[in-house]
Amino acid sequence: MMPFGASRRLGRWGGPTGIVGLTLTGLATLVLLAFLVALLTTVLSKGMPAFSWRFVSTIPRKDFFDVDSAAILPMVVGTSLRVLIMTVFVMPFGVVTAVYLTEYADPASPVTRGIRAAIGNIAGVPSIVFGLFGLGFFVNFLGRGLDGLTGSGVPVFGRPSLLWASLTLAVMTLPVVIVATEESLRSIPSGLREASLALGATKLETVWRIVLPQALPGILTGGILAVGRAAGEVAPILFTGAAYYTAELPGRLTDQFMDLGYHVYVLATQSPNVDQTAPILYATILALLALTLTLNVGAILLRSRMRRNLREAA
Amino acid sequence: MGLRRGHRARPGEWIIEKLIQAVGLSTIGLMVLILVFVGREALPVLMGRINTALVQPILPSKEIDSIPRDALRSYLELSRSQFEGMDRETLMAMMEAREEGFRDIPESFRADPDATVNTADWRRLLLPRQWTGYSRPEFVWQPVGTIHKYNLVPLLVGSLKVTLMGLLFAVPLSLGAALYVSQLAPVRFREWIKPMIELLAGIPSVVLGVFCLLVLSGVLQSFFGYQFRLNALVAGIGLGLTAVPLIFTIAEDSFTSVPRGYVQASLSLGASPWQAAWQIVLPSAMPGVVAAMILGFGRCLGETMVVLMASGNASMLSWSLFDSTRSMTATIAAEMAEAVSGGGHYRMLFLLGTLLFAISFVTHLIGDQIVRRLRRRLGGMA
Repeated sequence: MMPFGASRRLGRWGGPTGIVGLTLTGLATLVLLAFLVALLTTVLSKGMPAFSWRFVSTIPRKDFFDVDSAAILPMVVGTSLRVLIMTVFVMPFGVVTAVYLTEYADPASPVTRGIRAAIGNIAGVPSIVFGLFGLGFFVNFLGRGLDGLTGSGVPVFGRPSLLWASLTLAVMTLPVVIVATEESLRSIPSGLREASLALGATKLETVWRIVLPQALPGILTGGILAVGRAAGEVAPILFTGAAYYTAELPGRLTDQFMDLGYHVYVLATQSPNVDQTAPILYATILALLALTLTLNVGAILLRSRMRRNLREAA
Repeated sequence: MGLRRGHRARPGEWIIEKLIQAVGLSTIGLMVLILVFVGREALPVLMGRINTALVQPILPSKEIDSIPRDALRSYLELSRSQFEGMDRETLMAMMEAREEGFRDIPESFRADPDATVNTADWRRLLLPRQWTGYSRPEFVWQPVGTIHKYNLVPLLVGSLKVTLMGLLFAVPLSLGAALYVSQLAPVRFREWIKPMIELLAGIPSVVLGVFCLLVLSGVLQSFFGYQFRLNALVAGIGLGLTAVPLIFTIAEDSFTSVPRGYVQASLSLGASPWQAAWQIVLPSAMPGVVAAMILGFGRCLGETMVVLMASGNASMLSWSLFDSTRSMTATIAAEMAEAVSGGGHYRMLFLLGTLLFAISFVTHLIGDQIVRRLRRRLGGMA
């Protein structure tokens, strides 16, 4: 609403500087929207012709650059599996950390500030460094360690795999889940907690029965954001599990997998004839964008509804 | 102490609450773990324990008695306990074996001064050197061929160059758009512009990379008419696009959270909406703006796929935006597959990773400090 419409009418544009400022900021907005529109229309117009049910539902032959038989089922499965397994690890860990920070920790203590600094730092670590971490810790240290324990001569765990890629992504998206969960935990009126405690519930009962159910939409938003972020990431899985080509769908946690994002990279940079294979490249991008954009739109809608509810409640 | 509220925790609950605390604390552990396991692989380089020289200097075995014991031990690359357990004859035999190995190296190769250089030495990592065949001392990152050259300067400059280009593109656009959306745009515009710009965050960087590689690079080249189709300009704009949603969201949030009363007061004093936005909202939201720029810097510096695909990846030292460029992140992504696990090249890539980690850590620290100081100063003013 415009409570001060009168003053706006008086000095509507604010003289020449006002006009220039308004034009420039408006133009900046327009340029950003133009980039978005250009990207989406390029992908749609070039990707739609090659996009079909067959394309997403069959396993391609070894030569996946062949335009007629190209397909992406293994990549769709690989990407879905790795974000699914990631979610299983990151959600409990992230939610519990957020619960600790909002419900238990003393906000002024140095330990709490240390935890917050650590979360902020993890959020800022470049994605390729997570790839190195995954390689150094999960694959080389944990994996080879496990192989040493089981005593099998052939490496089972000590090589890149679905499990290690998912865990690497779980570490990377941990801050996303923590921050979103914390926001929704903080937005719950403290009166609810007080009421529960006043009725004789213990603190843990209050958290479990009152606080967490109320925070569910926010937790869900965090999960969706994390999945949306992880689904499109390529750098962290380059050395921890993604394969250029596998003949079969991944069946075990220790299998390598093909990945939508990595496949986009391969199609764009290693194609024998970029112009000829462009349709399958854009169709693959279309599939990837459909996945990440749906997740992001979902998260945006869920969050805006949550914030609106909050404003109405306040 | 206040009143004890609620029921006292039951014994089972006490354990669960301790577990919750442990999980919370483990985030710190996780960060340490990242540093330790990335740094661990780079440590031998930092400690100067890697020697990549293909031709090692030779100590004549006849002079075995005149060589100090410590020098002899490090020459034969023995641990202290190994060395203690050996008698003079064994040591002599080892030295002779070294001499024999040296004689087997072709004369032409022994004469190349590059072959005796330890390319993992810190001077070779940071200072220029006139390699055989070069007309003047240069910074070279070239981990292929017989002599792997690991000078970090071209990669540092490359990373910095594309990052600054990215910020040059992203900061004005994002701040302008954020100011427009939060202060100047008509309300019904605002409601759909904001989510649309935030939608950019949902576009994976590999897709932006393809867009830069196949679409933007051609458009820009025909516009500017420069020589290399893929260069720092194209990669910088791609990087900027990955940073836009981050900078925009934080800036927009901090513009919106400036108390409405400030704007209303200035409007009622006769200011135009633009004056209110530019002179009141922007200065009061400075901590948020600075935080957005710092986080944007970190995002650009750490982005991998866009640079890998759109920068051309030539590791030459140049500050020109129109030259092909290679960043630290892209180097790790492109070369890890061919680096032998545990070898010099492998460790050097982990050194780049450690460097990236350190930069992001320091950036975060500085950003935190600046924002806190700004907030305090602004708080004092209000």
